[in-house]
Amino acid sequence: MVRLVGMAVGLLFVFVLSWAALAPREAAEPDPIKLLHKHPREVSFPHSGPFGTFDRAQLQRGFAVYKQVCSACHGLYHIHFRNLEQIGFSEAEVKAIAAEYEVPTIDPNTGEATTRPAIPSDKWPRPFPNETAARAANNNAYPPDLSLIIKARKDGEAYVYSLLTGYGEEPPAGFEVPEGLNYNPYFHSVNIAMVQPLMDDQIEYADGTRATVDQMAKDVTAFLRWAAEPELERRRRAGIATLAFLAILTVLAWLTYRRVWAGVQH
Amino acid sequence: MSFPWAEQYEPKHPLMKWIDSRLPLPRLVFNAVGAGYPVPRNINIWYNFGVLAGVALMIQIITGVVLAMHYSAHVSTAFNSIEHIMRDVNSGWLIRYLHMNGASFFFIVVYVHIFRGLYYGSYKAPREVVWMLGVVILLLMMATAFMGYVLPWGQMSFWGAQVITSLFSAIPLVGEPIRQWLVGGFAPDNATITRFFSLHYILPFVILGVVILKIWALHIPGSTNPTGVDVKGPQDTLPFHPYFTAKDFVGLCVYLLAFAAVVFFLPNSLGHPDNYIPANPLSTPAHIVPEWYLLPFYAILRAFTVDLFFIQAKLWGVIAMFSSILLLLFLPWLDSSKVRSNAYRPLYRIFFWILVVDVLILGYIGAMPAEEPYVRIGQIATMYYFAHFLIILPVVSAIEKPLPLPNSIAEAVLAKAKPVLAPASAPAGAVQPAE
Amino acid sequence: MASLPETAEGGDVRRRDFIYIATTAFGAVGAGVVAVPFINQMNPSADVRAMATTEVDISAIEEGMAVKTIWQSKPVFVKRLTAAEIAEANRVDVASLRDPQTLADRTKPGKPQWLVTLGVCTHLGCVPLGAGQGESKGDYNGYFCPCHGSHYDTAGRIRKGPAPYNLEVPPYEFTSDTVIEIG
Repeated sequence: MVRLVGMAVGLLFVFVLSWAALAPREAAEPDPIKLLHKHPREVSFPHSGPFGTFDRAQLQRGFAVYKQVCSACHGLYHIHFRNLEQIGFSEAEVKAIAAEYEVPTIDPNTGEATTRPAIPSDKWPRPFPNETAARAANNNAYPPDLSLIIKARKDGEAYVYSLLTGYGEEPPAGFEVPEGLNYNPYFHSVNIAMVQPLMDDQIEYADGTRATVDQMAKDVTAFLRWAAEPELERRRRAGIATLAFLAILTVLAWLTYRRVWAGVQH
Repeated sequence: MSFPWAEQYEPKHPLMKWIDSRLPLPRLVFNAVGAGYPVPRNINIWYNFGVLAGVALMIQIITGVVLAMHYSAHVSTAFNSIEHIMRDVNSGWLIRYLHMNGASFFFIVVYVHIFRGLYYGSYKAPREVVWMLGVVILLLMMATAFMGYVLPWGQMSFWGAQVITSLFSAIPLVGEPIRQWLVGGFAPDNATITRFFSLHYILPFVILGVVILKIWALHIPGSTNPTGVDVKGPQDTLPFHPYFTAKDFVGLCVYLLAFAAVVFFLPNSLGHPDNYIPANPLSTPAHIVPEWYLLPFYAILRAFTVDLFFIQAKLWGVIAMFSSILLLLFLPWLDSSKVRSNAYRPLYRIFFWILVVDVLILGYIGAMPAEEPYVRIGQIATMYYFAHFLIILPVVSAIEKPLPLPNSIAEAVLAKAKPVLAPASAPAGAVQPAE
Repeated sequence: MASLPETAEGGDVRRRDFIYIATTAFGAVGAGVVAVPFINQMNPSADVRAMATTEVDISAIEEGMAVKTIWQSKPVFVKRLTAAEIAEANRVDVASLRDPQTLADRTKPGKPQWLVTLGVCTHLGCVPLGAGQGESKGDYNGYFCPCHGSHYDTAGRIRKGPAPYNLEVPPYEFTSDTVIEIG
């Protein structure tokens, strides 16, 4: 009985699916955007690979790029000022950086909204109070928060690096870049609202490194990788210890197994 | 337990005697996973995955309870509380990555376990109830995993909740009210996240309860084995402890090695980047996909593209997706072959491996956009999935002429022990990747 | 038990024992190490620890007044004592106290008028009255805990009632004449 009902149901599904599979398809138009879209370029860092560690000097340079260029529009919402100690700033330096920013607070005497200088335990202040304000100030485009951007995009680092260095290409003849947008083949729609953010020698690095577009793009990408995965170095160290421990345990378990089963046919 | 030759628990220490006569818990453990449980001596490495599934469940429960101490189930704080766990809670990143990847590893283990059961006919009499309880666990796992994926309230969380709950709106007349009842609103919102958190917390304990029932049911007939021949006497079995505790421990170590490699070095490789973007009800990600372990079912859902017999394509898809799991409940009766193990079923074995490939194809199609040629491939693969269980299996089991079975497990083991006369079938059939 | 022929390896007993013990011990150590993060996660997280210090501007506090502030999620009383209160505190025979301390022990050198204490009764953790205007200051003109009737004097020392110790003075520093940093 089960088999008969099952076969009937099976034949029904097969019939419906054959009908669907045999139904004619409209030939799909190739999407011109897709043809222009480019895969991100490979980029490598001192922290790439399973045993890599961050280069603190590079992270600090990247932070400088973020602070002087990106932070005008892009937030770093999940980062607290105190986190900057992890990339090699001293406690005093972190306090000084924090004090440059104002964060909202309540006046203890009047109860009215006001601001105070930030302290290390504060979160990085948002450049715009909300998404509507951000869109209003940016030609209706929303500059995404950058603290998770490396994890929130496919090919994380390669994508951000390629996007930052992907300006300047001429769109193919006949391709109209809409008003107010910029051509960048690494962006998903190849038309991005952000104007080219980096120019050669736009900022001056404290360590004397020459601030080329490529250098700045690399540095800020490294910094954003840290911002997205501050636990990266600890995670890898713990991982090596765990794998080493488990490898030994596996060998011991295998020896135990061989002993227990010695002479038993199975 | 139904093995007259099973070792009896005899407490030696006065304290153990005292406990045994009042609360026979040590006796229960002894009979369940100790020396008092005889196991076919020839079971192979694929029989390790039941124990591994139990370990995976415990990892999920322990890490989950810990995460719940720091998580905040509210649309305005859920996403930030996850980042709080990742950045500020002591070892929070480790515990969250264990939980996140633990879910994937749980499904890997369970899928291997299911296909092992299919290959060795573990669903057949007298183990139908063991099998059916397993299907119940699979359904509970899927519900739990889906609701857990919603909790971080990222883009994929939100749109996953939207898409999955919308499946119910395919039901005629009552569909839309059911959908609203499920999410507690007109779209996923705060009511959704709080109820999903509540259910996501309690369902694993329900799973644990069903697991206990399943182990209980399993201990009546005991495990199957690669030959599929019934255990006939003490010469066919070995006590669970120390033989299979030692063997399973090796498997567990290897499992943990693979798990640790992913958790520590590729923690986001099995997830989707979009879920690190906070949920935005106004913007759908370009390409919505469920977690990888649901992809084959997602492919089945999408394979139905035409309205037929007054049923909308959407409803066909929903019916088919649920049927694809529920039909497993009827498997013991769809397969009428008296032979359990595929090692002795030359014809059905071929279809078994086609099914394995078919499910892998469905998983691949589930991850692809709804374009040609993926849609048509998905339709053909879905067709095979249903045809396999509902048509091919009943027919093949009726017409197939199985290979001669060994008289007993002991005989098969002894035959294998002689170097030349190894039967090409028994464990070899399970180890090789394809026929 | 199994009745297939099993070759005994009697001579190997010691080595066998060693491998069993090594495996078990190694596994047990691993389980112990794994337990550490699961226990440690319940300790204060980094954001909570970052709030371990609080800065208080004391310039607006007038004589005889106190402000309540929060340090590590606990109430802190910062009180500016009057000359009379200082004199009253210093008149007490220290040897007669339950928890003998002078006012000087409980304030910073040269700043005896600034009494900084936790607003946590040392009995069972209630917040004593006396910091706010119009609140009962107890029998000794300092703080009074309404939960079980502990009376503290002008130096925040326990004088009467069940509390065993004086109100705790948290670690703090004057970062300037008008700002103190607690913690």
